[in-house]
This record gives sequence, structure tokens and C-alpha cells, in this order.
Amino acid sequence: MERTAPTTGHPTIPDPVVLDRDGLDALIDALRGDGYTVIGPRLRDGAIVLDPVESADDLPWGWIDEQDGGRYRLMPGDGNAAFAHTVGPQSWKRHLYPPRQTLWTGRRDGRGFTVDTPTDPAPRQAFLGVRACDLAAMAVQDRVFGVTPHDGRSAGQERFTDTGYAARRAAAFIVAVNCGRAGRTCFCDSVGTGPKAAGGYDLALTELPGAELPGRGAPAFLAAAGSAAGAALLARLPGRPAGAEDRAAAEAAVEGARAQMGRAMVSDAGPLLARNLEHPRWAEVAARCLNCANCTMVCPTCFCTTVEDSTDLSGDHVERWRRWDSCFTVDFSYIHGGAIRQSGLSRYRQWMTHKLSSWWEQFGTSGCTGCGRCITWCPVGIDITEEARAIKDSEGRG
Amino acid sequence: MPPNHMARKRPKLAVWKFSSCDGCQLSLLDCEDELLAVADAVEIAYFLEATRVAIQGPYDVSLVEGSIGTPHDAERIRRIRARSKVLITIGACATAGGIQALRNFRDVDGFIRAVYARPDFIDTLATSTAIRDHVTVDFELHGCPINKAQLLEVLNAFLNGRRPVVPPHSQCIECKLHGTVCVMVARGVPCLGPVTQAGCGNLCPRFERGCYGCFGPKETPNTAALAKQLTALGWGDAEIANAFRSFNADAEEFRREGDAHERTE
Repeated sequence: MERTAPTTGHPTIPDPVVLDRDGLDALIDALRGDGYTVIGPRLRDGAIVLDPVESADDLPWGWIDEQDGGRYRLMPGDGNAAFAHTVGPQSWKRHLYPPRQTLWTGRRDGRGFTVDTPTDPAPRQAFLGVRACDLAAMAVQDRVFGVTPHDGRSAGQERFTDTGYAARRAAAFIVAVNCGRAGRTCFCDSVGTGPKAAGGYDLALTELPGAELPGRGAPAFLAAAGSAAGAALLARLPGRPAGAEDRAAAEAAVEGARAQMGRAMVSDAGPLLARNLEHPRWAEVAARCLNCANCTMVCPTCFCTTVEDSTDLSGDHVERWRRWDSCFTVDFSYIHGGAIRQSGLSRYRQWMTHKLSSWWEQFGTSGCTGCGRCITWCPVGIDITEEARAIKDSEGRG
Repeated sequence: MPPNHMARKRPKLAVWKFSSCDGCQLSLLDCEDELLAVADAVEIAYFLEATRVAIQGPYDVSLVEGSIGTPHDAERIRRIRARSKVLITIGACATAGGIQALRNFRDVDGFIRAVYARPDFIDTLATSTAIRDHVTVDFELHGCPINKAQLLEVLNAFLNGRRPVVPPHSQCIECKLHGTVCVMVARGVPCLGPVTQAGCGNLCPRFERGCYGCFGPKETPNTAALAKQLTALGWGDAEIANAFRSFNADAEEFRREGDAHERTE
């Protein structure tokens, strides 16, 4: 399936329609009928996670999340919205770039050995509820994994494509959701990635605000196609043509989210950090940092992995696996003779400067899309926007 | 029958017990599906929990469970070390002194007088200490009890001459790889996961409980920063001291954090 660039106004892209709850159900049904596993937001373990959904009933109707540094709580919202929550503990990288992947397996074969690489086709996954920050994160990882070209110096550049990622990415059907609400750790607006999806989706939904107000209207979603596949699917769904007031309500919902951003990233964080590598703030944050790696695990763009070998007891069968790793582990920077980044300070600085600064040189963009997960899911609530601002403010004082 | 294991000399495996509850060596018997393969790959030369047969050393691999708690233990571990090519300690007792290391923080003579009718029968050291404190150890496998998959991995790595895949990173990484939602962030449940080594299969967080630290300190743990957060979540010093003083109480980083909170009581 080819996904086109943003295609607003493209002649083959039909006008948006309004879907009700049955329409949303029909969307999930249609995707499942087309052989997709639909993965979307649902309640589990005190959070809204990204798991398979079988119908619209599985969505977290009426639930919202309250987030802050090191804190996430679910609570009933004011109305009965399906997507009034913001981003949860997981990102879509879990499904595009799984935590554990088999790279190859080997078998002893007489005096030699044979090597097999997995040939399973990429799973057909439909992602329901992809927010603008996470679409931006997919675009970031597309550059990292050599799927799309970029302006950075990294040698990837489509010459060394991660074929597994590329196949899963190409097979995925993406239903974006424009945010109608922002959390206290959201800052997509300040990094220019949201709260409205700018492209890279097959369909985009905007939940119309009626459903969020008690007793005011049934759930309704403005649905717009962003690709030919999205347009074809939309044509099969029971919706009514969107009127001017629907579009205005959708725009107002997104602008409402924009006005609610709980945090903001300072401008020009890249050069700021690059010229402050010896700033005393690094020692202060290192004293608080658990170097537990949660920030990198939840980050939708962090892509680092390690390679692990397993054998059976006889040594006749071996497997090589790739597993998510983190620049916060000591082993991550291990080279002959020892690990380069022994101190927590050097590991935190590596993560933050890579994310906001050296990522530009490497891949031509920032590595941060403003989703705020690293702030919420840091057990001690370290805030990347606050750390950047503290360094910036100190320059102002200096 | 494939001649594979007949053709090569099987390494001799010995399993030794010191001050411990036997739970870690039980993990080897608990391997069930893999146990026959293990018995096929190694010659079980000494493993009293499984067999009375005791074959003379030297041994290619010794698995050592338990801590050093008596003068006899201290002497015996030296003899075992001398007869073992590779010595691997298994479990919190062997790697950190175990729960019985709680006595390291108190007056042992007082305990003996309080507990035993004939204190003069008791010949114990004042401390319970890790095997590492007495002899050279080739590899330490953490856990109370150890994880059987990790035990198999260590044996497997030894048999195949490679490095065991037993990462010293945080429990948090294990939770995130499994997709377990963080109990501390989402529920405000105090958890030692951020300072504890992974390996248990994130047993407690999967059931909405905080990590008890059974696998001991991870690499470079920042226990002071975690303790500050535990305070913010409502724990007092006594609770924090108790949390760090359990199965791995005498592991250096946990001991220091426990001390820091006991002093301020």
C-alpha cells in the first residue's frame, strides 16, 4: 500500500464525512475485514495502552488521563468521548519496532552451519488513534531506519534500510486522531508537531466536542482521508457529508488542545545544549536521575538496541536477537576496556543532547516530538523542558 | 541414539549449599522441561537435593547457594573453590548475604541468648556474608529466588563458551519490554524497580505491586533519588529502611540507603 504525502485538496481525496459511534465501529469492522489487526487505545492496568481492539466498545469511552511529572492517573471525563485522553505509557514503536526481534537463527550442520533469517511477512496492523506527536515520531524513525531521506549526516539515508521496520511501516494502516485535549506534560505545539496531524496518515479523525459535554449529543467524528487507501475505506463507511459547522467545530477542538499545552520546549534547544556541555545543571539533574531508562523506553523515537545471542544446551541451535536497549545502561557504551559513560551525568547528558541537539546533525530534525512521555513516566518526574529552560535561563542571567 | 553427548566428555556439575533456604537450587530441579537436557549436557557430580550420589572433584562448574554464616562455612567454601574450575554463586544469600544478613545490623550474641536454650551449642559468625567476600567468584546470579530461565542461560553460556545474557540494568527496562504499566507512576505504589536488577520477569509490577528488590541492586543505582520519591509517595524513614533491608540488605548500595534512613528515625 502506498501512502501519499499530505494530500489535502488532491482530486482523488473525497471531502470529509462525519461518523457516529456506529461509523467508528464500521471503521474497525472494515479494517478487520481487510485482514488488519486493529490496535488502539484501551484500558488496562490503570492506564490507556495500545492493544488490539475488536470493536468500538473496547475504546476508553468517557475516560481521561491526568498527567504530570512522574504521575499518571485515569479518571472519568466530563462526557463520553473516545479520544479525550492524551498519549499513554506506550508508543507505536512497540508495534513498528518490537522490543525483541529475531535477527537470524543458526543450526549446526555436520561440520558447518546454516543460517536462516526470518521470512515472516510483516503483520497487517491498523493503528487507531495515532496522535500528531506520534505521527511525527514515525517520520523521525523513518529517517533513522533509512526509509525516507533526510538532511543529516547519518549514513543511513536509504542505503542501509532496516528492512523489518520498513516492511511493518509499509504494511500499516494509520488512523490519526487530532487532539481535542492536551495534558500537563504535552508540548507538541512548541516543537511544531501538533496537536493536529499534518500528514502521514490514511485517515484522520477529529472527535467533535459535543460528546465531551454531558447530555450534549452523541459521539461524532470528522473523518478525513489522507491517502488513496484511506479514501477507499472512507467511501465504505456510513457517514454524512461534513458541513462547514462540523469543520469549524473540529478546528475549534484542535485549537482548544493547543491552548491547553501544559509545557513548552525552549526555542533553539539544539545549539543551546551544544554550547553548554559542561553546565552545572547536568550534575544537578544527575543527582535526581535514577538512570533507570524509563524515558528512553517510553520515547517514541528512541531507537537504540543491543544484540543478544542465545544457544541451546548442545550448541546445535543458536539465535541472534535484537532487543531495545538504552543509553542509560552502562553496557550500552561498553567498548574494549570498559564503558565510556560511567557516570549518571554523562548518560543523562548523552540522552538529552542527542534527542534535542546532535539528532539535528545526524538526521536533520530534532529527535523530540513533544509527546511528554519522558516527563510523565520518569519515576521522579524529571522534565526535559524544565532542564532545557534552566540552562537557557542561566545564559540570560550570565 | 545420537552419539553427540556420548562422544564428548560431559562437564562435571556440583551444587553446594551454605546458609540458605534451598529455594535457588530447587530452581534447577524446577527446570522440568529442560532438566533432562541439562542432565544430558552435564554430569551431575554433586547435588544432594537431587541425588545421594557424590562423585569426587575436581568439578568443572560449581553452583553455590547460600551465605557464609559460620566458621565451618568459611573454611568449606575455600575447599570447594579449590576443587572448582568455575564457581558461580546463585541467589541473594550467596551474592549478598541473604535475609539472614539482617543480623549484621544487630547484636548476634543477644539473638543467640534470646533464642537458644543452650547458647554454648551455637557456633556462628557475627555476620552473614556473600561468597564473594571469601573466595573468587566467576559469575554471580542475583535473585531471591533466582529465575530458572536465567540459571539455564548461565549454564548454557558456560557450556557453549559464551558470555551469559544477564543484563545488570533496571527492573524498569524489563517492565517496559513486557508492556507492564508502571505501578509507581500510574498508581502511586512505592516500587524498588528503578534501583533493582532485572531478571525476575517483572513478577510484582505485573500484579500491581511495587518491586521488593529481590534481585538486589542494579548497576549504578541511585537509591537516594528513589528514596526521595518514596518519601513523596508517603513513606516514612522506617518504611524506606525496611524496604532496603530485606533479602539483599547487605548488598552495598541497599545497606547504605537502609542505614541513611535508620539513622534519622
